[in-house]
Amino acid sequence: MAETTKSPAILKEVDPVVLPRPDLVENNRSFSWITNKICGIIEEKTPTWWWVCFCVAGFLASFTVIGIVYLVAAGVGVWGLANPISWGWAIVNFVFWIGIGHAGTLISAILCLLKQKWRTSINRAAEAMTIFAVVCAGIFPVFHVGRVWFAWWLFPLPNANAIWPNFRSPLLWDVFAVSTYATVSVLFWYVGLIPDLATVRDRAKTKIRKVLYGIFAMGWRGSNRHWSNYEMAYLILAGLSTPLVLSVHTIVSFDFAVALIPGWHTTIFPPYFVAGAIFSGFGMVLTLMLPLRAIYKLDDLITQYHIDCMGKIVLATGSIVGYAYAMEFFIAWYGANPFETFAFVNRAFGPFAWAYWIMIFCNVVSPQLFWFKKIRHNTTLVWVISIFVNIGMWFERFVITVTSLARDFLPSSWGYFSPTVVDIFTYAGTFGVFSVLFLLFIRFLPLMAMAEIKAVSPAADPHHHH
Amino acid sequence: MSNKVYGLLAKFDTPAAIMKAAEKVRDAGYKKWDVITPFPIHGMDGAMGLRRSRVPRFTLVAGSAGFTIGMLMIAYMNKWDYPLIVGGKPFFSPMFAFPVSYELTILLSAFGTIIGMFLLNCLPMHYHPVLKYDDIHEGTDDQFFLVIETTDPEFNATETNKLLAEVGSLEIRELEE
Repeated sequence: MAETTKSPAILKEVDPVVLPRPDLVENNRSFSWITNKICGIIEEKTPTWWWVCFCVAGFLASFTVIGIVYLVAAGVGVWGLANPISWGWAIVNFVFWIGIGHAGTLISAILCLLKQKWRTSINRAAEAMTIFAVVCAGIFPVFHVGRVWFAWWLFPLPNANAIWPNFRSPLLWDVFAVSTYATVSVLFWYVGLIPDLATVRDRAKTKIRKVLYGIFAMGWRGSNRHWSNYEMAYLILAGLSTPLVLSVHTIVSFDFAVALIPGWHTTIFPPYFVAGAIFSGFGMVLTLMLPLRAIYKLDDLITQYHIDCMGKIVLATGSIVGYAYAMEFFIAWYGANPFETFAFVNRAFGPFAWAYWIMIFCNVVSPQLFWFKKIRHNTTLVWVISIFVNIGMWFERFVITVTSLARDFLPSSWGYFSPTVVDIFTYAGTFGVFSVLFLLFIRFLPLMAMAEIKAVSPAADPHHHH
Repeated sequence: MSNKVYGLLAKFDTPAAIMKAAEKVRDAGYKKWDVITPFPIHGMDGAMGLRRSRVPRFTLVAGSAGFTIGMLMIAYMNKWDYPLIVGGKPFFSPMFAFPVSYELTILLSAFGTIIGMFLLNCLPMHYHPVLKYDDIHEGTDDQFFLVIETTDPEFNATETNKLLAEVGSLEIRELEE
């Protein structure tokens, strides 16, 4: 061979193309612009639209209050629950609201661990959404127990019967999962708020604001020795919330999957529920954030890039959910269990087929539009699709819960579920409860994590020179 | 009122400036000093020479306690104190006790982390000499401060002042105790 000692066809070093990253704060806004913008929202005079929305939301919330009072006075029979459908809207609404909450934790925790910096401008509102959604979710199981004054028996507290809860029941796991979830979400949210509360405190003009925000700010002064511990604590909380959020919806799905009812007893439920929860939660985040962005002109902070990212997550999780629907059918056929096969054929073509096809259209078809950049860039359309996602995910839980129960093993006990007026009122009212809480949040607490946004803005990089 | 001096405060207006200043102060051997910033600056812990935060220790202890308490509680309640017969299942098994113990692990870890963070930071602390400074509110908005305490063994009124001036501060103030 010739003595051509040519170097092999391998590059000495790989020089990847550096793609420009989109700025997370547009128009080169300064730190004080961010402070003024976000603090301005809670410092300005209460706008008229806020009062209008607050009154409407309060009126709507009263439906839940009335529905619940009537339920407690008359008994659980006022809901449309009857054999064989002993789990109706109560569990449907519970799972729906819990699912909504999951996007908040996903944004604050999982995206934090994945170093997705775009989370910073939406995480505060999304976490607030989580907490308020869990509040709405909690209403249903608590009142579903019937004699609500005994609801504390759910917890392992000594009672006069000298009996303890049954820890073999997934329903009890759910009690622990949901109450842990609510508590940790509040803690995480509060820790994130501390530096921003300090900012609000330092800008406060009135004594009462100074004192109240001051108390909750814990005397935060922005010391770097504090930031060091704070960031570590925040990271750990993110690390704790990630397995937590996955476990919560897994355990919620165990409520179904551990039962022997065809259509419920499947191993695909945990991942499928988690994906669905994130899907619905992102739908709700878009539903809430897009109007806020328009009202408060937050375009520089919630940029088109943020909306693109959220649209893509909705698309991805929507496709996972669509895959799960298909896989359920495949396994029902492949498993060759006649009851299982019947349950799924019945879902798609039985008496509740209308609900099934609404679900398919909203959850599987509508998010596919997010493949197109044109659609992701049309804010109105994104908002409309996010509403479809919310509707679709409610129907998913309805389909799962009701179709399987309505067509049990025993044809003589088959039935059809219709909600009562009380069901409808109580559920509609929870949107009022949610809105009241959310409106109070945007009025009194910084809507966005100022400190975090400043930290990811282009000017915060210590190697950035101007 | 004795107007004892707490320390010297220097003001900066960019993250890069305070970062450089912090490195200089660290290299000059100061121990009792601090930096006040509106947001955590990436790399500042290194510039200040801070050790890794000790918060995770609290998390570990609390989390282990949570798991142990969960397992023991379930064994006590369903096996020992009131054996509950359900569907021929064992009175206790780590399998069914796991989900609840897992949630308790997370719950207690979260509390441990936050309590640990507050303890290490000595918060809540609603009074601090730094907060007496009139423009300190800028420190939660868009300005950056560096504070060197008089109790630092290296502290020397003229020398420290000179150092702070050299590192490019915009303004130097004395803070009262």
